[in-house]
Amino acid sequence: MNVTLSVQISQRLFARLRRRWADYGFMAAFVILILIAASFSDVFFTQRNISNLFRQIVTNGLISLGMLTVILTGGIDLSVGSIVALSAILSSGLQQQVPLPLAILAALMAGGLVGIVNGVLVARFRLAPFIVTLATLGAVRGVVYVYSETPQTPTDPAFRAILGGFIGPVPVAAAIMLICFPLVWVFLNRMAAGRAIVAIGGNQEAVRLAGIDVSRHIILAYVISGFFSATAGILLAARLGIAQPSVGAGYELDAIAACVIGGAVLGGGGGGAIGTFGGVFTLGLIDNLLNMFNVQTYYQQILKGLIILFAVLARRKEQ
Amino acid sequence: MSKCEYLLMQGISKSYDGTQALRGVTFSADLGEVHALVGENGAGKSTLIKILSGAVRHDTGQILLEGKPVSLDSPLHAHRAGIRAVYQEFSLVPHLSVTENILLGQMPRRRFHWWVDWAAAHRQAQAILDELGFTGIDVRTPVSQLSVSYQQMVEIAKAVAGRPRILILDEPSAVLSQEELKRLFALMKQLKAASTLILYISHRLNEVFEVADRITVLKDGEIVGTVRPQDTDEGQLIRMMVGRTLGEFYPKREAKIGGEVLAVRGLSREGAFTDITFSLAHGEILGLFGLVGSGRTQVARSIFGAEPPDAGEIRLEGKLVRLRSPREALQAGIALLTEDRKRDGLVLSCSIRDNISLATLPQVTRWGFLDIGRMDARVQRQVQDLAIRPPQINRLVRQLSGGNQQKVALAKWLLTQAKVLILDEPTRGVDVATKVDIYRIMSDLADQGMGILLISSELPEILGMSDRVLVMREGRLVGEFSRAQASEERLLACAAGLLQ
Ligand SMILES: Nc1ncnc2c1ncn2[C@@H]1O[C@H](COP(=O)(O)OP(=O)(O)OP(=O)(O)O)[C@@H](O)[C@H]1O
Ligand SMILES: [Mg+2]
Repeated sequence: MNVTLSVQISQRLFARLRRRWADYGFMAAFVILILIAASFSDVFFTQRNISNLFRQIVTNGLISLGMLTVILTGGIDLSVGSIVALSAILSSGLQQQVPLPLAILAALMAGGLVGIVNGVLVARFRLAPFIVTLATLGAVRGVVYVYSETPQTPTDPAFRAILGGFIGPVPVAAAIMLICFPLVWVFLNRMAAGRAIVAIGGNQEAVRLAGIDVSRHIILAYVISGFFSATAGILLAARLGIAQPSVGAGYELDAIAACVIGGAVLGGGGGGAIGTFGGVFTLGLIDNLLNMFNVQTYYQQILKGLIILFAVLARRKEQ
Repeated sequence: MSKCEYLLMQGISKSYDGTQALRGVTFSADLGEVHALVGENGAGKSTLIKILSGAVRHDTGQILLEGKPVSLDSPLHAHRAGIRAVYQEFSLVPHLSVTENILLGQMPRRRFHWWVDWAAAHRQAQAILDELGFTGIDVRTPVSQLSVSYQQMVEIAKAVAGRPRILILDEPSAVLSQEELKRLFALMKQLKAASTLILYISHRLNEVFEVADRITVLKDGEIVGTVRPQDTDEGQLIRMMVGRTLGEFYPKREAKIGGEVLAVRGLSREGAFTDITFSLAHGEILGLFGLVGSGRTQVARSIFGAEPPDAGEIRLEGKLVRLRSPREALQAGIALLTEDRKRDGLVLSCSIRDNISLATLPQVTRWGFLDIGRMDARVQRQVQDLAIRPPQINRLVRQLSGGNQQKVALAKWLLTQAKVLILDEPTRGVDVATKVDIYRIMSDLADQGMGILLISSELPEILGMSDRVLVMREGRLVGEFSRAQASEERLLACAAGLLQ
């Protein structure tokens, strides 16, 4: 028995060390990035740049929260970019006809609706999440173009002023995103539905046999994802002051990257809101720095790809 | 008499696309009894209890509790009706804590039922484990870090946590050590006294005779009969199960022991085992006994190259070999049947054919192409030799009953024609008739000169089949007995450290 125990303990330590090694790696990279930024550029630590950095990570931050929820169930949501476009163009276009709050509500509901479609197809019809959301990625983008082939400009001045504005030095959108992270953390760690979602990714059959409605929780995860993507789309339109029907292409990659860097395991079985925030911030920081040093976007993409590979490699399941 | 019994399952039939698992089974049992279900692999035991626990839906028939029909269409319905099950397959969420697994679906909540009360949850889980006498488990550890037997105890705790009227245990003993088994039996007695109905499935008839008040025998999806243990004996029960008399239970033949085939000297691996030295001869069956956690499996894995040792040497027919991977071990002529077939023995989503031929594909490959005909013929032979059922090599392994899955795993290694075959718990979850088949095959292989290392927690099996027995305790070899010297008491005492 002693041997089993000591074997268990050493395995546990090893697992923890390994996890930490990856975490420390990213934290170190993070600090080094900031140091580089601070020593080579005198604009980095300006209030303007920091506030810019936060505004830039709002979109990926919100999408990543939804993506994380879906990844925890063992799924993936590729339709997030199209949902961003849908809600951006709906919220901008509808406010020409209806009051602003109604336009925003409609945009959010549209995001939730796509989530329901994704969730029902995955949970009730047992289709592969990858295929389902790839299909809705295409279909929703189509809907966006049907609604408007041309960019929509928000007409209500309050839209840009409030959602695209600042409270003191803090961008409103960033504040909304920063509040969402602890909310999701609480959801995943303290609420019954959140725990069920986390468990489903680990062993769906066990959850079913425990008398929990698996389908309902999977659908909920996709709705949450659709909802966060829709929020991201609205805030993006408010910041840019224009909604292109083409906006949001490729956003799913950044979100998946942020989750994986933050410790999420594709296929379910690990990940959390705190780590994801680290992932979002690291990616945002890299973009910010590379922009500051005028590195071409192609190189940025190569670098991002390498980071994702490294993250997956560092966190691959043992054995 | 059967009118007033608590549970009545009437005319239950079930077919899984094509396979008739149950044919109009009528089964009854009462509160306050331990009712054992026995039968061959694939007889339909697990199917019957899964229908009762809501995990599987039946095609026809009805279930009555206290004479009232109930519909148990989902696990949730069954839970509400007071039915809980420990399934043959593990149903734990690996990366979650012991607490969450025990209380899965019944976490204590606060405010509007939405919020999890973590402090209360840990307290409750700890209390349940204490009550069951399952000590030494930290409720905050993820279950993936527990040993298999601890995981099984978590499963049992999970079922008992629901305070069931009917508790179903589907082969719970397969992964428990003697000590833990005793604790489980004590728990069952306690629950029985509190008028719980316990349905107990096991292939170990001595266990069944020890705990059961009644025994129901299933064969080919039908009930053969229900008997009381005092009115019957093992022989009669086996006749009911397999429909014939079994010959000698341990068909062990006089071994023609040849030259040394495997020699292990000073093998050590940090945290697993220390200074293991032994040798194995051609034609010999060497038993390796020890309590769960004594390091037997670790030794086997190291010899097989799955986790290379830190120190020590391995010789095959006198030649020093360094095996850094299972691939190298296989090429050198060592095969290992692993103890956890689900985790590392089988590809559940593949067919019987794919699984059996997996380790020997090069042998049926010509110019880079698989010779399907030859491959199928070889697989077919194994399926027949081991009586794998159903004998359709295209069937997915996931759809087989537990015992038949084990036979598929074994068949894969039998095809490798290794010089040394390591069998780690080869008959776990296997029915009596098949056990005898496997023992016969072991004897045949030994006759042909193969050296066999048999790891088992079942004493009768070790005693019945081994030419020599080694005993391990806490990662060290602590005893060696010849076939004549070995006895149940001696081996147990030695494994527990009471005998030097
Ligand atoms: N999911 C499934 N799909 C198809 N066939 C199945 C499935 N589960 C079980 N079967 C078949 O139903 C029959 C009964 O299986 P069951 O698991 O009930 O047997 P068992 O008595 O529990 O056997 P064992 O002792 O090996 O566990 C077997 O022939 C099996 O192949
Ligand atoms: Mg079974």
